Amino acid sequence: MVVCTGCSLLCEDIELALATGAISQVKNLCRKGHGHFQALFTERTMPKIDGQEVSVDQAIKKAADILRNAKHPLLYGWSNSTLEAQRVGIDLARKLGATIDDTMSFCRGILMERVLTGKLPTCTLDDVRNFADTSIFWGSDPSNSHPRHLSRFAYYPRGEKRQKSYEEERTCIVVDVRKSATAKLCSNYFRVPPGGDADFIASVIAVLDGKIPKYGDKKRMIELGTILRKTEYGAISPGLGLVSSIQDRIELLETLVAKLNEITTFKVVPMVEHYNTRGFNQLLLNDTGYLNSVSFHSGQVTHGPENSVIAAAKGCDAALVIGSDPLSSLPFGTAKCLARVPLIAIDPRRSLTTDAAKVVIPSAMYGLEAGGSAIRMDGVKIEFEPIVKSDLLSDEQILKRLKEEI
Amino acid sequence: MVGAMEIYKLLPADACKECGYTSCMALAVALLNREKKLDDCPSLQNPKYADKFNKLKELLAPLEKASETGLIIHPEKCFGCGNCVVACPVNVAAEPTRCGIGLGPQGDKVILAVEDGVVKCMNVKECRRFGPNKIMCNACTVTCPSKAIEFV
Repeated sequence: MVVCTGCSLLCEDIELALATGAISQVKNLCRKGHGHFQALFTERTMPKIDGQEVSVDQAIKKAADILRNAKHPLLYGWSNSTLEAQRVGIDLARKLGATIDDTMSFCRGILMERVLTGKLPTCTLDDVRNFADTSIFWGSDPSNSHPRHLSRFAYYPRGEKRQKSYEEERTCIVVDVRKSATAKLCSNYFRVPPGGDADFIASVIAVLDGKIPKYGDKKRMIELGTILRKTEYGAISPGLGLVSSIQDRIELLETLVAKLNEITTFKVVPMVEHYNTRGFNQLLLNDTGYLNSVSFHSGQVTHGPENSVIAAAKGCDAALVIGSDPLSSLPFGTAKCLARVPLIAIDPRRSLTTDAAKVVIPSAMYGLEAGGSAIRMDGVKIEFEPIVKSDLLSDEQILKRLKEEI
Repeated sequence: MVGAMEIYKLLPADACKECGYTSCMALAVALLNREKKLDDCPSLQNPKYADKFNKLKELLAPLEKASETGLIIHPEKCFGCGNCVVACPVNVAAEPTRCGIGLGPQGDKVILAVEDGVVKCMNVKECRRFGPNKIMCNACTVTCPSKAIEFV
């Protein structure tokens, strides 16, 4: 049995058979996870300094030199590393007086903060499977982002109190700007225009208060109100679509969830993309009181938008990127700033960031070549063992060696 | 997926009954159910129907890939979500503690399983759609978000 680290569902029921140099057969793994594992055999990184192949020791030494000499280093990524590696990373940031940030600070971080600090009630995905009769996917499309979400937890499986499952007992509601693959499966789809989620929330609250909604199709909104009122145990899975739409007005979602909880039970399980983003947020929150965008500069812990990767990239003089490809995923201005500074990339696979990096340190792929533990999107800790023997160092070992060198 | 009416429109519609059926519509249904072949229609072999014959051949080509229950899987569309695996009543009955609660199957008694990232069909005889007394179950097709599974 293998744990798939392709997304934050961390599926534990994967059966994998290996032949020399390839995966010969794998069962129960979705196409996303299959692609993730197949990438083990293609486009692997090599230790490099300025594009020239070197030994791992030389690459680590050079990376340590860059970080040691930097006044404002930035440590970015962390969503694709295990808890153990993240813990070492936070210690390294403290030692360097660096700014540390994850891949979610400028998108879903605001939602995760509410969940981790208890402002939004949450539950595990196992609770969703066992008890939930209504699942709301708001601004998220699990069929594409987390392919097995509906089949493992939210809609199709039989649960402890939901033996009749999707056929009779479960309702799935999708609120999205387009008819996504998930919306096609669910009978209740509500289309909102981009940026219209705040009005939609106001309408749902109005309907729950017994008022006529001002926004949307009144009849359908009242139907939605009836479904929500009849729900025994509901789960809301907000995605990037909702967070991007309401942005700083996340308290609207809090108000809605509080209103729903006056009537029945509703929980929020945020849709997290990378396999251990929540783990990093949880660790940093326990350590510093903030879940991302933290600076240890001058020995003090400071938090704020000025420490998020978007702002910090402009002011940093060296950057360590681990398990992420910011040059592809971040806005052009930020990517350009990052590309100008000496970049250290720790990644098992080749990406635009590793191509542009001054120092590349190859790492073992978690789930296959290295073991550890990670926190699933719902807060459950999952441990996994390596199944392939590899000479490559894990993120944790690389960071420990970097720390020692510094 | 192709329908009986589409097939009928391309048949000679001369009701010659030489195929053993009383009408061309009945033959169209038989062709759809793969009980008869195009060669069983003598009129269609006439050179004046050559165009229609070729079109029918093209139209019926995907049916050759179908299983005995008429299930067609398009692997290029499937993304291995496993909705069909968990929704299939036969799978749930075979492995209630696995497929029943959303996990992938371990045994070999199931009909559908995800292998190498795409769904695979096996044990066709266990399917509710198998045999003359079939039940028109469609749990696997209605739960597919990408329409990678369909029945003839």
